[in-house]
Amino acid sequence: MANSLKDKATGPQPEVTLDDDRDPIVVVDGLHIVYRVYGGGGGKGNAASALMRVVKREGRPQMKEVHAVKGVSFVAYRGDAIGVIGTNGSGKSTLLKAIAGLLPPARGAVYTAGQPSLLGVNAALMKDLTGSRNIILGCLAMGMTPEETREKYDEIVKFADLKPGFIDYPMNTYSSGMGARLRFAIAAARTHDVLLIDEALATGDAKFKRRSKAKIDELRKDAGAVFLVAHNLDVIEETCNRVIWLDDGRMRMDGDPDTVLGAYTEATGK
Amino acid sequence: MSHPERLSTSGGEPVATIAEPPRLNGSGSSESLATFAARHGLTQSSARPPLRQYVQDVWNRRNFIWSFASAKTSSMYTSSRLGQVWQVLTPLLNVGVYYLIFGVLLNTKRGVTDFMPFLVTGVFIFTFTQRSLQAGAKSVSANLSLIRALHFPRASLPFAYVIVELQQLLISMVVLFGIIFAFGERPSLQMLLIVPMLALQLCFNMGLSLALARVGAFTPDVQQLLPFIMRTWLYASGVIFFLPSLAHRLEQHHWLLELLKANPGSVYVELARTSLLASYRDDLHRIHWGDDHLWWYAIFWAVAAMIVGFWYFQRAEERYGRG
Repeated sequence: MANSLKDKATGPQPEVTLDDDRDPIVVVDGLHIVYRVYGGGGGKGNAASALMRVVKREGRPQMKEVHAVKGVSFVAYRGDAIGVIGTNGSGKSTLLKAIAGLLPPARGAVYTAGQPSLLGVNAALMKDLTGSRNIILGCLAMGMTPEETREKYDEIVKFADLKPGFIDYPMNTYSSGMGARLRFAIAAARTHDVLLIDEALATGDAKFKRRSKAKIDELRKDAGAVFLVAHNLDVIEETCNRVIWLDDGRMRMDGDPDTVLGAYTEATGK
Repeated sequence: MSHPERLSTSGGEPVATIAEPPRLNGSGSSESLATFAARHGLTQSSARPPLRQYVQDVWNRRNFIWSFASAKTSSMYTSSRLGQVWQVLTPLLNVGVYYLIFGVLLNTKRGVTDFMPFLVTGVFIFTFTQRSLQAGAKSVSANLSLIRALHFPRASLPFAYVIVELQQLLISMVVLFGIIFAFGERPSLQMLLIVPMLALQLCFNMGLSLALARVGAFTPDVQQLLPFIMRTWLYASGVIFFLPSLAHRLEQHHWLLELLKANPGSVYVELARTSLLASYRDDLHRIHWGDDHLWWYAIFWAVAAMIVGFWYFQRAEERYGRG
């Protein structure tokens, strides 16, 4: 049985096809995200003007609302690895944060099975602690027992493949690539129902990219879903079985990598 | 405060342009995405778990809470030259300052036989609450990246930060015992009452830290304000003066004296003093100052703070990652 839905009101967004033979894991239903940014700059920025603002019951100055995601709907199934592409500011990261439950929908909803985990490029875990402490605390925080943590420890160290000795240095001494590797290694130590990767692999070298692709395939086989935001289209092409193209907060295309990447490359004039 | 702010249009694309939700189109069946999701047992990703399960989740993270606290404690002084020596040196220097000002310069004894043990006990016990609350208020906002990267019950963080302060307190307690013995106090069985007393205070601190963690996560201003509140509370709690010495001045305002006696800051400090210091018990006895109420107040505050604080923190569980 297959139903189709069409979002008429927000223009030509692709139809959502429901496939009852497969097990859905993320359902995004007409999602709108509006978030507020508090601007630096502008205004007088002194104590007197700030006080006047409070007295007059005005909002904080330069509060802007950004309508970042505009009525996106799709269904992700178990075993999907979905690449999300689009130009800068097209709402890719916002969409991932919304799926992770970190941004409240202004309208619509996100339904998931289990708790999604979001790996961002700047997500240092605990900067002032050593790599090995981060591994142990990360595993415990994800709900593993101390025994499981000990079992997984060597695997994580091996996967992160840091330079010798670095595991005992605080994480704020790591290069961005090393930090990204360790974070990914920790997050991948547990099976996730939904793993959201926001450019977190971009700083890795070629060797690490190969291994992280193998890990993502493994996670997919464990019947989870992986979302990948990347500007490097090769990575998406190699890793994903489905690609979503966002343009100015709207979904432009949703389909197999060849078709969508082809259209995207053509449209952006690469 | 923690309530979502009103949607207004001061810039960007106006919210009024938000379109209708997707409408059905063709193929007979009228199943919406929401019912499709519900049929497959999917839940809203930003929903918060029920309270009972949340308590269970936090209990399952007890290893994480303890390891996190230990890691924080051991990394606290790594950038300083003396390193972990500061854990002992900080309370010792505190005692030195208070001795200089209140013991030598002002000589404020006013009704207390052994002023130094009285003062040091008060300062150490109150500092535990003070530092717990200040740490709790920043526990969520200081760990946003951790909260966004990994999923765990957020209440683990305020708990861990209070455990850090507990570990600091235990070191201070060693210094404290050294001082009260040096001032001629004899070891007694009654001193063991300090253990249940600290357990109750820990419970109270955790409850209040949970509440402040939620407030601090959405209104960072509270971190600026808290030091002043804490200092006012310190002066109102009889930490550096003998509370009964106010009694004759407050004769017309009996309720105010009762309020000062019920104040949790004063309750835990007085309880520690009556447990540890025989000379202080004699002082209170001499002026017929009852201290039977202390344990009941201590239990009440610990239970009330924990229940209300935990409930209040949990009510915003799904919003902490948003910052």
